[in-house]
Amino acid sequence: MDFQTILSLSLQSALGPTAVIYALAAIGLNVHFGYTGLLNFGQAGFMMVAGYALVSFPIVLGLSLWLGALAGLLLTVVLALLLGVPTLRLRADYLAIVTIAAAEIIRQSIGAATLSDTFGGQDGLTGFIEPFRALNPYTGSIGIPGLVTWSAFDFWVMTVGWVLVAISCVVIWLLMRSPWGRVLKSIREDEDAVRSLGKNVYSYKMQALMLGGLFGALAGFITALRSASIGPSFFATDVTFFAYTVLLIGGAARVLGPVAGSIIFWFLISGLGIFFAQATGGADPLIPASIMTSTQASLMRFIFLGLGLMLLMIFRPQGIFGDRRELAIDAR
Amino acid sequence: MHVGLTRIAALFAAFFVAVVVLSGSAQAAVPSVSAGGSAECALPEATDDDSISILVRICDRRDEPQTPVEGVTTIVEDSSGQVVGEGTTGADGTAIVDLPGTAIDNLGQSFTVRIDEQSLPEDTQPEVLERTVAINLDSDQSVTFPIGAAEGAGSGIGVQAAQLFVGGIVFSVLLAMAALGLSMIFGTTGLTNFSHGELVTFGALAAFAVDQLPGAIRVGGINITVAVAVVAAFVLSGVFGWVNDAGLWRPLRRRGTGVIAMMIVSIGLSIFLRNVYQYLAGAQSRNYSQFSATQPWEIGPILLTPKELIVALVGMAMLVAVTSLLQFTRLGKATRSVADNPALSSATGINVERVINLVWIGGAALAGLAGALLGLTQGFDYQIGFKLLLLIFAATVLGGLGTIWGAIVGAFIIGLLTELSTLLVPAEFKFVSALLVLIIVLLIRPQGLLGRAQRVG
Repeated sequence: MDFQTILSLSLQSALGPTAVIYALAAIGLNVHFGYTGLLNFGQAGFMMVAGYALVSFPIVLGLSLWLGALAGLLLTVVLALLLGVPTLRLRADYLAIVTIAAAEIIRQSIGAATLSDTFGGQDGLTGFIEPFRALNPYTGSIGIPGLVTWSAFDFWVMTVGWVLVAISCVVIWLLMRSPWGRVLKSIREDEDAVRSLGKNVYSYKMQALMLGGLFGALAGFITALRSASIGPSFFATDVTFFAYTVLLIGGAARVLGPVAGSIIFWFLISGLGIFFAQATGGADPLIPASIMTSTQASLMRFIFLGLGLMLLMIFRPQGIFGDRRELAIDAR
Repeated sequence: MHVGLTRIAALFAAFFVAVVVLSGSAQAAVPSVSAGGSAECALPEATDDDSISILVRICDRRDEPQTPVEGVTTIVEDSSGQVVGEGTTGADGTAIVDLPGTAIDNLGQSFTVRIDEQSLPEDTQPEVLERTVAINLDSDQSVTFPIGAAEGAGSGIGVQAAQLFVGGIVFSVLLAMAALGLSMIFGTTGLTNFSHGELVTFGALAAFAVDQLPGAIRVGGINITVAVAVVAAFVLSGVFGWVNDAGLWRPLRRRGTGVIAMMIVSIGLSIFLRNVYQYLAGAQSRNYSQFSATQPWEIGPILLTPKELIVALVGMAMLVAVTSLLQFTRLGKATRSVADNPALSSATGINVERVINLVWIGGAALAGLAGALLGLTQGFDYQIGFKLLLLIFAATVLGGLGTIWGAIVGAFIIGLLTELSTLLVPAEFKFVSALLVLIIVLLIRPQGLLGRAQRVG
């Protein structure tokens, strides 16, 4: 058991590109769920649309990568409109089911073999990264030697990513203390009361769905950039569920909740993963193979994740930094 | 309530007998239909590994019994025309071509299987020399090139539609059982249960566990191991439902946890159970010991395997039993009244918690039975229920969340649609078309087909 390695790799993951992606996705869910009370279970769909738009512009259309980013943001707004129109007037769980279904429609359609000439099927697309890589100011590996290091490219993705996270947090902070943000929070608490005050609840919900989708789009961009490729398997349903877990760990309806949640989530997930890999690997494993093989060990972190999500929701639904009074999660 | 319980017990007993009798008669019937042909010209056993193999079988159907054709070269090409594998049929008329890469790499791809005309013996000429296989499941795929086969199969669009319709009905029945459980649980507790798919998987795994016990169970010389396994899965799933409710959901209801919070708890439970299943059963696709390769019956131009017929009949019987239970018994009336208004039901003297507990047992048993039967028809892995979950949701929402008939009607629409849509679009889009219909129906009739309108916002 090498605790130095476990700590080092966990830190690498907790501050690395993956944590950035989930922080951004969870910031989007925070607008949806934390502030407005909308159950969007299709955040992976928003991420996928944006990510593929970003990648398709240079690969399929031969246009600029940066134009692709703009198109990605526009398309997520369109997707939010498409999803919002049929569901925002319905009970909360309808939005949940329709968004999760929509995300799966998007994933199966883009990943289909029929469209593989355009979108590369299950293999996805690669070869778009040059414009982004060209801007990388770093060389060598960067970090605190002996504790945690990242490759120059990862560190460049992280720099861009954490700057985006910081900007997003400031935007959320400003928006949510504005009158507009107060309307969102009151929709979450009592929709009928807001309506009786003459506010157009439907329109506010739609705006929240779009705004949260835009943060999902940023997460989709980073997903494509950090691995220099994109594929349908990056956007499985579980991505959305993990993002919810991230949000709930940090605390919904808190500006920094998703950020703290993502760092803690990936620290624990990587730590558990490496711990069990070490406990079952090697010549004389800590846990004998008759009880747990190394394949089974890779599942342990998800077993703990599921258990953790349940316990968190039961015993501390406000997360670590949340305020229980602010967030009385319930449907009508 | 006691009357209700005895009736349930009677129904279960009747169901058990039905399964045993049906499977017994089917076992007896199979050899007479295939006329011994399956012995000489059988499909090879699907292998349980991470890669996908294409099993090619070439049989001469002009002989009675059918004779395998040996020494024929078969070539497998991917969608770009590149040859990925070759094989020659052995004495049993089959060639096994392993696809390169793992199962995941090949999912969603399609391959063309071609037989080399030169290598065919004189005077044997299959109807088709080329077939395309789409890999949608991570299990081995089999391709048959019958020689002098019964005419008609796969000819006109009408026949194709009829064949898909039959397959759609079988799938719909299973979907309806799973959807009915979800809808009943939603109706009585308000919980949108994202771990319902894991109840389905539980049934498939429980049946597999019983099936794998050493020794075969025989009654009067007929092997009924799988039938017993399915019944055991039904019972064990009911117990699992009780454990779910008593161990998790009832305490949560006592605490007054909101339905949204419970929904997220169910997501956690789904992730937890799915990984526990994979921990215990592995990631590979599995099949039960019996029924793996039975000869289909030819009813007119339509092919129907005995196991599909059994599965459809058992499912139908179960649906009729449960709906009449809900419609005509005191327990059913109590269930419907709890679904309508728990507080008022409680005031009328109905033991609401008890009804909810029975609904959980029944709902989980139905879902588990659906899982076991689905595993019987197409094999299963640890994700079978999770993959089905969205279609179950689509069926219940389409019919109207919380309504009993709605779940069944919705399931039949979704089930038939997924199969029949392959007439018009590639098979890989069949789930997409079902989910699109869900969204379109919500646009036009938000409360679902049979749901009660209730305006929000």
